[in-house]
Amino acid sequence: MSEFWSFITERYPDILLALRQHLTISFSAVILGTIVAVPIGILLVYNRVGWINSAVFFIANLFQTIPSLALLAILIPLLGIGVKPAILALLLYSLMPILRNTYDGFQSVDKGVLNSAKGMGYSAAQTILKIQLPLSLPYIMSGIRITTVYIISWATLASLIGAGGLGQLIVSGLGVNKPEMIFIGGIGAVVLALVADGLLGLLEGWLTRRYRQTRSAAV
Amino acid sequence: MIVLDHVNKVYDDGFHALKDINLEFKKGEITVLIGPSGCGKSTTMKLINALNTPSSGKVLIDGKDISGLNPVELRRNIGYVIQSVGLFPHMNIAKNVAVVPHLKKWDKEKIDRKVNELLDLVGLDHTIYRNRYPSELSGGQQQRVGVIRALAADQDIILMDEPFSALDPISREQLQDELIRLQQELNKTIIFVTHDMDEAIKIADTIVLMKDGQIVQTGKPEAILRHPANDFVRNFIGQKRLQSENELSYEIPLVDDVMITNPVTAFPNRGLAEAIKMMESKRVDSLFIVDRNKQLQGAVSIYRVLDMYGEEGKTVADVMIPVRFSVASGSTLPQAIELMDSHQLSNVPVVDGNNRFLGLVTRGSVVKHLAEVYPNLAPPQPAGEGEPV
Repeated sequence: MSEFWSFITERYPDILLALRQHLTISFSAVILGTIVAVPIGILLVYNRVGWINSAVFFIANLFQTIPSLALLAILIPLLGIGVKPAILALLLYSLMPILRNTYDGFQSVDKGVLNSAKGMGYSAAQTILKIQLPLSLPYIMSGIRITTVYIISWATLASLIGAGGLGQLIVSGLGVNKPEMIFIGGIGAVVLALVADGLLGLLEGWLTRRYRQTRSAAV
Repeated sequence: MIVLDHVNKVYDDGFHALKDINLEFKKGEITVLIGPSGCGKSTTMKLINALNTPSSGKVLIDGKDISGLNPVELRRNIGYVIQSVGLFPHMNIAKNVAVVPHLKKWDKEKIDRKVNELLDLVGLDHTIYRNRYPSELSGGQQQRVGVIRALAADQDIILMDEPFSALDPISREQLQDELIRLQQELNKTIIFVTHDMDEAIKIADTIVLMKDGQIVQTGKPEAILRHPANDFVRNFIGQKRLQSENELSYEIPLVDDVMITNPVTAFPNRGLAEAIKMMESKRVDSLFIVDRNKQLQGAVSIYRVLDMYGEEGKTVADVMIPVRFSVASGSTLPQAIELMDSHQLSNVPVVDGNNRFLGLVTRGSVVKHLAEVYPNLAPPQPAGEGEPV
């Protein structure tokens, strides 16, 4: 136990650096993933060609099934090593849940609401931005939350291609046989994931507070 | 004024939804499009705000062909109310009402004033309801908001697509009354789609009756009721309503129209216990006794049967009392009522020339008949049980 504490007190600048790298990689991946997946999800809702939807969902699903270690390795010849390929790999993982939830969220908007919006003179863009997007926000936010939690956990692997992060502590710990280092890296990732989940939960509640409140009042 | 000029609608699959529709919707009138489902009434209405475009023919609003207009702009100038209400659940009531003024970029103060005025107009106190959300309102309140939302930008034309048909009967009546009241104040050009003839007669200035994508008859409610164009119209209006509306052909109903045709009867050789069992299962308090030729022999009441119950060998023939009053088939209802009234009878049997029992006029059957002739005055029907005799 004393080794544990002395490790923290002696090496806290390194730990903080690893934490910061970890956060940067994870959140870049999620934010970029959201920027890519939400518009694609919206396009799919409006797409009338059935097979395109299936194809896109298939590809997004496929990314999800590639073992992360393998995906990182595949990206080395394409993008080299470092932060960028790590973010790209994690971004690919984040697509599916956000895409799926955006699509489902848009589908869930009541047809009567859409009919009346159209009949009252909402343009297509206004319908998306002012009606469908706010109404599907609970879905999209929960997609982002799910993604964030496991992207943070998977980001520990990014250290294998030299992107740093908490995974670096684990890998180094293994190399020099220092269990406390492995421990700090692992627990750090867990705590980070839990905190991110909690904060996003608060954000989700805040963004949808009125809607949610009134919905529960109606039940 | 809105004119539909030789409008046809043919869908890609070849379905001919509208066949050469020529119509004129007068300014400041409520025109009701009515017909069975699939007759094209909704499709016709949606031509006006370009939710539906004609395959051939023209739609003119105040002389202007709307095919040349931007549909989004056009819709902002036409109020639109639908059956499922379609309030936006993420916006409060004030924002919902203000949707079109907002799209038209009115300034905030003007919007607020308008919203308050409209909420008060339909009896929703704006200090209470402005900040409520749609899910906090009852169905009737929600549709009130739906209606004023269609008025918020001072639209002259309002399209209403079965707006009240999802509401409970009481709310529906209230909203119909309110619409009539609002229309007296506002004088909008309203196109109202429904499949409910009572609703159409109540609110319409002009009724347009449609079937299979064609117009069957157009006219004032009174004119359609008095001079239905064909059997379809007659059936759609309902025969009894025709009789009650058309005083010239009003006939005094006969007992045969009013009587219950399957009253509870028993043969004379039935035992008393059987008689009680029958009355119990049919929920009546007396039985008419008829022989094999359906000739009326007499009647027994439950009291009489219970009095004599101790004597096991007796049959209903032994305890029945003769029927003192009956009316002949073909008598008028007033004759039967007169008889019931002067002799304090709860019912009177109807017999033919050979004293054969045809049916029974009861107080209940008279009320039921009146309710059918005057459907608007009908009290809510009690849960269906046997007719007490």
